[in-house]
Amino acid sequence: MSNVANAVAPPASLLQRGWQRGSSIDPRYLIAFLITVVLVVAQLRYHMVGGYQRLFLSLAVCVATEALLSWFDRGKVVNLLSAYISGISLTLLTKPQGGAIWPFLIGGFLAISSKYVLRYRDNHLFNPTNFAICALLLAAPARVSVLSHQFGNDVVTNLVIWIFGLIIAARVGVLHITLTYVISFLVLNGIRAAVLGQALLPELAPITGPMYQLFLFFMITDPRTVVKGKRPQIVVTVLIAVAEMLIRVASDRGWPLPTAFNAAPALIALWLVGPVAKFIDLRRLARRAPPSLSAPAPAR
Amino acid sequence: MPFLAAILLAMRLDEGPSRNAADAAHPGFTLRDATAAAGIHFVHHRATFDPLIAGIEPHVAAVGASVSVADFDSDGLPDLYFTNSRFGEPNALYRNRGDGTFEEVGALAGVAALNRPGDGVSMGAVWGDFDNDGREDLFVYRYGYPVLLRNVDGHRFEDVTEKAGLRHWINSNGAIWLDYDRDGKLDLYVTGYFRDDIDLWHLKSTRIMHDSFEYASNGGKNHLYHNLGDGKFEDVTDRMHVGSTRWTLAAASADFDGDGWPDIYLANDYGPEELYLNDHGTRFVLSTAGLEAESKSGMSVTLGDAFNRGRLDAFVTNISERGYIFQNNNLRLNEMNDRRRFRNVAEGQIADAGWAWGAQFGDLNNDGANELFVANGFISASHDRNYWYAMSKIAGANGRLFEDAATWPAFGDASLSGYERSRVYLNRGVAGWIDVADRVGATDLYDGRAVAMADLSNRGAMDVIVANQNQPAVLYRDTPDAANHWIAFKLVGTRSNRSAIGAEVSIEAGELRQRRVVDGGSGFASQNDRRPHFGLGKHEWVDRVVIDWPSGTRQVLTRPQIDGIVTITEPTR
Repeated sequence: MSNVANAVAPPASLLQRGWQRGSSIDPRYLIAFLITVVLVVAQLRYHMVGGYQRLFLSLAVCVATEALLSWFDRGKVVNLLSAYISGISLTLLTKPQGGAIWPFLIGGFLAISSKYVLRYRDNHLFNPTNFAICALLLAAPARVSVLSHQFGNDVVTNLVIWIFGLIIAARVGVLHITLTYVISFLVLNGIRAAVLGQALLPELAPITGPMYQLFLFFMITDPRTVVKGKRPQIVVTVLIAVAEMLIRVASDRGWPLPTAFNAAPALIALWLVGPVAKFIDLRRLARRAPPSLSAPAPAR
Repeated sequence: MPFLAAILLAMRLDEGPSRNAADAAHPGFTLRDATAAAGIHFVHHRATFDPLIAGIEPHVAAVGASVSVADFDSDGLPDLYFTNSRFGEPNALYRNRGDGTFEEVGALAGVAALNRPGDGVSMGAVWGDFDNDGREDLFVYRYGYPVLLRNVDGHRFEDVTEKAGLRHWINSNGAIWLDYDRDGKLDLYVTGYFRDDIDLWHLKSTRIMHDSFEYASNGGKNHLYHNLGDGKFEDVTDRMHVGSTRWTLAAASADFDGDGWPDIYLANDYGPEELYLNDHGTRFVLSTAGLEAESKSGMSVTLGDAFNRGRLDAFVTNISERGYIFQNNNLRLNEMNDRRRFRNVAEGQIADAGWAWGAQFGDLNNDGANELFVANGFISASHDRNYWYAMSKIAGANGRLFEDAATWPAFGDASLSGYERSRVYLNRGVAGWIDVADRVGATDLYDGRAVAMADLSNRGAMDVIVANQNQPAVLYRDTPDAANHWIAFKLVGTRSNRSAIGAEVSIEAGELRQRRVVDGGSGFASQNDRRPHFGLGKHEWVDRVVIDWPSGTRQVLTRPQIDGIVTITEPTR
């Protein structure tokens, strides 16, 4: 029976082969592909970039900063894909006052340099884009806002982004983080709505927006800044969702928070919880590892 | 160190310029609140709607305060008409007595009682002599049936809507008069906001809102009515291809591309602006003109020669709120003649006027360059509760959440961009525009909607009238630098429409060039003084005046008398 079965087993399909091949690709290439898809779709259909000079400046600053700092730090220029991803996501998320382009210059610099300044045991603690956009929102709320509205509200566009995003998240091995956050958001904010006596749909609505797409596929799932291990990753993801829910409760109550907390609660939650979790994780790993392995890792 | 420096630099840049430019200290004019002294006591009352949308009624009912200017009694002085938006609350017609005061004659004239159940509530009005009898008639657009009021004798008006064929339910926030086919009779373009099949007092569904935050196209249809000349109008919207269903809040008309035919520029809420180019009066063609690349929330559009290039540029207001959204206003330079596009050059202060509504260009200091007055503020209610956080939940929501009023978080008594002060931008040419509102005296914190400019005392000063939503109207008396000269023109059409709406006037005085259009509606829910006013600065004469009449006639004058209003009648052949 098994021989017969073997004899008639079809060869791996194109999809399967592609899936298998995908697992051998550096995750950054897949993420770079996804952010490029988002950029192209958002720009071609909805002109979301708001001026190509913003894109070019962001990319140029991110790439130049990465090249320069890595050369200073490690004596060589590292792979610049991460800078490319940061440059594009920063362009999409940053909405400046007037024609100001300095937020892209400073934001790009902050994003990449945060990787070299804010680190522990040779690991950076913040997702670069998350750090930069939160820093800008907190430092310059009168000049910078975050993408807080739709990409044109088109089902097809959103489906394309979600499908590509979920496939790539699965390939990169972070799908559980994305799904955990989505489920946590829905459950926690459903509870929040019920407890505060608010209508349910408006409280769940934000996660359908583009800011959350960028958050779910490019920030909270950043392989370099998530903690090690599937279970800890799920725990930290839930904690970030809890932090966001608490920020939203405070906003619902009208507590005097910086505008950034009200405008981008998910981004701020990650900004607050992510680095602490990463720090604790690195510390935990260092304690567990044999002395010879607990020293800071050499350049990546 | 550079890392920290970058953060500190961002904090520093957040504070804006360290000091205002020197010329902001001497803007060359003042604005004095003369509302009470003028006897204007108009207070706008917002509408109330079906309880189904009670949760977001403050938002839906956040328009309707309008002001439009015309000399309805032909005494040579501009009068003011304000609209109200609550059932039973009257609109007001303020007759200019000429001594700096006004008397309210709306009820006597028959233009006051226009807010009635079954008919709708007023959203704005535009004046135009549609029957060319020398008296300014009044078109009032409503959430409901519009009203055409014919000026009978300079004192009384009669409702001729039914006879004119204009009694069609339109939830309209704007209308303009224009003569699109140059037949000498004023046609009417009426914009739609909510769909025509929606009765806001008897809703069948709560899915009445915008289907997109950025590219909404499920709004009310705009309508173009052709004036047949026998007191009747014909709906030619589809034939002329101008039936946009974007959520149009304002329209303006001028000959942007210099072909002699009036075009239509639209400011659309939750969508990109639209430019309809007039193809010789036979049809309109929707032009891209660079407008589609930025989709925002156009609240108003006003036309003016921003940089003395002899062209009519467009200023479109949008929404900005710190930390949440910077849609930024657009100052679009008209490059239609050469590059077939408008180019947005708004940056710095002029780009962010908060939640900006009506705006008007006007030379407030008579130095020869236009200033900009921008009214703003959306809903001023609680000082403690802010709707922006709630708005951010729904603004990013995909699917049909945004479209359904029932999905929106309830407003309660929250403010949304409330208590914002008006902006008055001083034009410094290439040095940019700078806000001098505080310095010149425009300090009110009302929720401004409509702005109109008029020389109310025929003294060469552009007074500013602001209609505020659910609040009192304000009249700012302008006192320009007395050393500056000026000239204004009263135009009387003969082959063109009698009101001369659509006439474009250009002046040349030495190196100074300036162009204005006689508007049939401009800004948001407003209409300016019919007489184009030009500041001349220190120029003691005007070399040349060119008038392009709507009929196509070009009239040239040399060395007209300055520091006064010059009456010009269109040549009959």
